[in-house]
Amino acid sequence: MPVRARAKAGWVRRAAAIVVLGMSGFGATGPAVATDALRVALVTGGCTGCHGTTGEGGQGIPSIAQTKTRAEFIAMMKAFRDNQGNPTVMNRISRGYTDEEFALMAVRFAKPN
Amino acid sequence: MAQALISRRAVLAATAAFAGTLAAPRVSAQPRARLVIVGGGFGGASAARFARDAFPDAEVTLIERSRSFTTCPYGNLVLAGMRTVESITFGYDGLARRGVRVVHDEVTAVDATSRTVRLANGAPIPYDRLIMSPGIDLRWGAIEGYTEAASARMPHGWVPYLQPITVLERQLRAMPDGGVFIMTIPANPFRCPPGPYERISMVAHYLKQVKPRSKVLALDAKDGFSKQPLFVEAWRELYGPMVEWVGASNDGRVTAVNPEAMTVTTEFGQTHKGAVVNVIPPQMAAKVARDAGLADQSGWCPVKAGTLESALVPGIHVIGDASIAAPMPKSGFVASTHGKQAVAAAMALIRGQAPPAPVYFNTCYSHVGTDYGISIVGIFRADGDRFIEVPNSGGISPRNEAMPPERRAEQRRLEALYADGWYESITREMFGLS
Repeated sequence: MPVRARAKAGWVRRAAAIVVLGMSGFGATGPAVATDALRVALVTGGCTGCHGTTGEGGQGIPSIAQTKTRAEFIAMMKAFRDNQGNPTVMNRISRGYTDEEFALMAVRFAKPN
Repeated sequence: MAQALISRRAVLAATAAFAGTLAAPRVSAQPRARLVIVGGGFGGASAARFARDAFPDAEVTLIERSRSFTTCPYGNLVLAGMRTVESITFGYDGLARRGVRVVHDEVTAVDATSRTVRLANGAPIPYDRLIMSPGIDLRWGAIEGYTEAASARMPHGWVPYLQPITVLERQLRAMPDGGVFIMTIPANPFRCPPGPYERISMVAHYLKQVKPRSKVLALDAKDGFSKQPLFVEAWRELYGPMVEWVGASNDGRVTAVNPEAMTVTTEFGQTHKGAVVNVIPPQMAAKVARDAGLADQSGWCPVKAGTLESALVPGIHVIGDASIAAPMPKSGFVASTHGKQAVAAAMALIRGQAPPAPVYFNTCYSHVGTDYGISIVGIFRADGDRFIEVPNSGGISPRNEAMPPERRAEQRRLEALYADGWYESITREMFGLS
């Protein structure tokens, strides 16, 4: 079965680096809990349904692919929660998520810090 | 593997050793995890794509009997003349190119004891964990007279692999001006809660332009439905007296049909005759799931909210329309969010790890006219084995009265555009095209 040869997405490398640095060692037993990278993928699983696999958007849905810094991204999601930013759907959407999940979304979609 | 994870070189080496794996790296002596997915729709295809992206070391097999998939979503736009059926039909090459083993065969049985899936034509396929996303079957005979044979004369257009939307489309095109388009709508639960009401809208949109003396009569087994105040105010604004919706309390529940006479009869004995009759019958989980012992007496498959593992048969996850996941609606977006979580849970369980806590996301868009879209948003989590909706989140689009007049048209226009964007994004993702 062919394994994809193309470069791993940048956010995967960033998320993987978070995991590696947070672990005391791996090899024999492996980590016992889901990694941050997997959590990022799951938390952003709904986002890609409209914004696309890379966040590029289309058909009037804005691109969120590395358009903001992490701080700006998180601030934007919080503002949507308060009905700011002239939201059409994002106010209803953002109210479903926690601040921690906004940070995980920023790992995938914001500019790397 | 390097013991010191402090040096940059060690970090890079460790990251590279992930080889794209987002979850726990596989110790080299372990065999590859075998994930098998049955059903190549919104749930199964999304699961396969996610599995390849997140767990490249796993063997991912997708079993789907059809070589192409026509989506239920946007089928109503084919009726309206806004889309062609070709434009809503997809193949599996994209997933195959990404390393999914796509098997075009019919599942004849699932053996949960030996953990194998038996096929009509090919050799049995072993699995470590199985994800079933088989969709629905229609309850023939639940409405008296509505047999599978009757559906040629009175199309359902609700299950594309059983009947393409083009059957109903042809009847609609052939309908004389002044005719009555009758739709019968079932009680909950059924596939796509807003779907019948989007179809009413799209049929009315077509009739108003081409056959303006015609009528749409919707006979509903319920008194309430998804996004009701939005649909009702839109119908009033766009279609006026052309659309008549009758709820259960006003004798809207259809209990029998006569395909030769083209009539439907309601609970309290009224008979209505239509030029076109679209029966959306009561439903249940598809046969392959029921035969595997995954369904309860309701005909739907109970699952644990955190993992989507069957509550009845260990080792098998059931996702999408076939599952009991209320309060989540039976939608394509829900199936895709299920698929991702089920893959993560299945892979964790194969490795003896705790599955990640889920967050499930849904947005259902409906087209009510041109440049007029409405939506319902929902975010859900697991509370033990139950699904719960996140409090004070989600909800339906604002009603006209809740917006200043100058905002209303913009809200509706943007939501119609976003619906198109959703459709393109999700189909490209699930079929491996982006």
